[in-house]
Amino acid sequence: MSACVQDAPLPHRPAARPPVRPGWVGEPLRLAALLAPAAAVFAAFFLLPLVRLILIGAGGAEGWSAYLTTLADPGHLDSLISTLALSAGVTLVTLAVSTVAGLFLVRNRFPGHALLVALLTFPLAFPGVVIGFMVIMLAGRQGLIGTVTQALGAGKLVFAYSMAGLFLGYVYFSIPRVILTVMAAAEKLDPRLEEAARSLGASSWRVVADVILPALKPALISAGALCFATSMGAFGTAFTLATRINVLPMTIYTEFTLQANIAAAAALSVLLGLITWAALAVARSVAGTSVAAAG
Amino acid sequence: MHSLSNRRGWGFWLQLGFTLLVCALLTVPMAMSMLAGLTANYFVGLKSGLTLRWVEEVLRVYSGTILLSLQIAVACLACTLVLGVPAAYALARRPGRIARLVEELLMMPVAIPGLATALALIVTYGSVGDLRSSWLFILIGHVLFTLPFMVRAVLAVMGSIDLTTLEEGAASLGAGFLRRFATVVLPNCRSGILAGSLMVLTLSVGEFNLTWLLHTPLTKTLPVGLADSYASLRIEIGSAYTLVFFLMIVPSLILMQGLSRRGRPSV
Repeated sequence: MSACVQDAPLPHRPAARPPVRPGWVGEPLRLAALLAPAAAVFAAFFLLPLVRLILIGAGGAEGWSAYLTTLADPGHLDSLISTLALSAGVTLVTLAVSTVAGLFLVRNRFPGHALLVALLTFPLAFPGVVIGFMVIMLAGRQGLIGTVTQALGAGKLVFAYSMAGLFLGYVYFSIPRVILTVMAAAEKLDPRLEEAARSLGASSWRVVADVILPALKPALISAGALCFATSMGAFGTAFTLATRINVLPMTIYTEFTLQANIAAAAALSVLLGLITWAALAVARSVAGTSVAAAG
Repeated sequence: MHSLSNRRGWGFWLQLGFTLLVCALLTVPMAMSMLAGLTANYFVGLKSGLTLRWVEEVLRVYSGTILLSLQIAVACLACTLVLGVPAAYALARRPGRIARLVEELLMMPVAIPGLATALALIVTYGSVGDLRSSWLFILIGHVLFTLPFMVRAVLAVMGSIDLTTLEEGAASLGAGFLRRFATVVLPNCRSGILAGSLMVLTLSVGEFNLTWLLHTPLTKTLPVGLADSYASLRIEIGSAYTLVFFLMIVPSLILMQGLSRRGRPSV
């Protein structure tokens, strides 16, 4: 099945082959044609609607300044700040947890290894609403944590229906994806680098700190940026836990459905999109340069 | 072997313990919810007995949402393969400012919240023909959201192999573009295509942020049904529904993981 170059049928090789690469003249055109279908779908169903949305955000009585005045609303500003803080915290915790677990799983083989990886990456497919339900199972009124703390005589600890519950939910949501990214990147590391470091007398911790983590940095930055963006924009979990949690996607949803304030919803979602997109772009340019530096 | 036995010191056990703890955080609530879906009365507990009646009720009431989600996921995978793999190839062959810009643009539906994308689609195409009430409206949203994952997964693998040299080798042996693409490029990117497909299928089946605004009463997907059941029905039915969802994605996850493991040594 593995049809690599070696497997390709070798015809009798001509003694001297002219240095012409057949068909490579039209390459830019061919690449453009390969890119065209994706570009067309993307332009028609994403860029065009996005432009519409941006125009609608500015379509109210205040025009373009609506984008600034929405933030002057203390409720909106509050919700923006708490969403930023929540997402940053979720990203840091998720990266730390997933790097330790992901590196461990790549660098060690033991009985049950495959099962552990499967279990850790299983929640990857969970919708935000299911994550919310998992948080309720853990920290809700009938939850495990409350039952345990009550049994210990510390009173029933219930935090599912708050920002802490949302924090737990987003970490839960992000761990599988970041672990997969860390593992994929760690598997591509050149083992000779580590062997060289070891043969020079580096300890395990030095190898991790000086060889492995720097090599993983681009992957960590891009996984972290993705985690941040999803935490900023997801609303299924908050939707399940409580509509009162003051995060920006819930604010947008309320403006759109309950207040029927489409202009404000549009303006807020464009602002939210700008923030997360900028975060991703910055992180990706950092990751890009370190890839280039490493290469 | 020496370094392996070296690692089995306290560091190994500490990391194993930590990883198991993370695993418990993820799996214990799953197990609890599965059990709740099979328990006759969750508030009484297991002593009320195990039953399949909640699962049967979910299948009776919500089978439409399950089938629709599967239909959309398969269609979404087909779309992202056809659109995403050639696009990733084009981006990998011409790395540079333009490729970066295109990649950046393609990433936008991930960066921009699903709510915003859904709002944009509704204000632009909500009144075009019957699109608003068709499942294709949801499919469009899913393709936008999952395409970047396919492109990135394939691009990551393409970036790690020397595509140019491989292709030049094949071309010097007289292979035309289609043949090179089919016998050199695609096989060498197999792991990326599989990883991308895993992501696309799982993300599509579970997508809620976009779908919640895009769905209509006649086009309810599984996560939409889940949200309904969490909000309005007893906890046993919500749990049984979640159990059905788990059962749906476990086989595909195991299959995909097995495939990627088998593919690994040859890559």
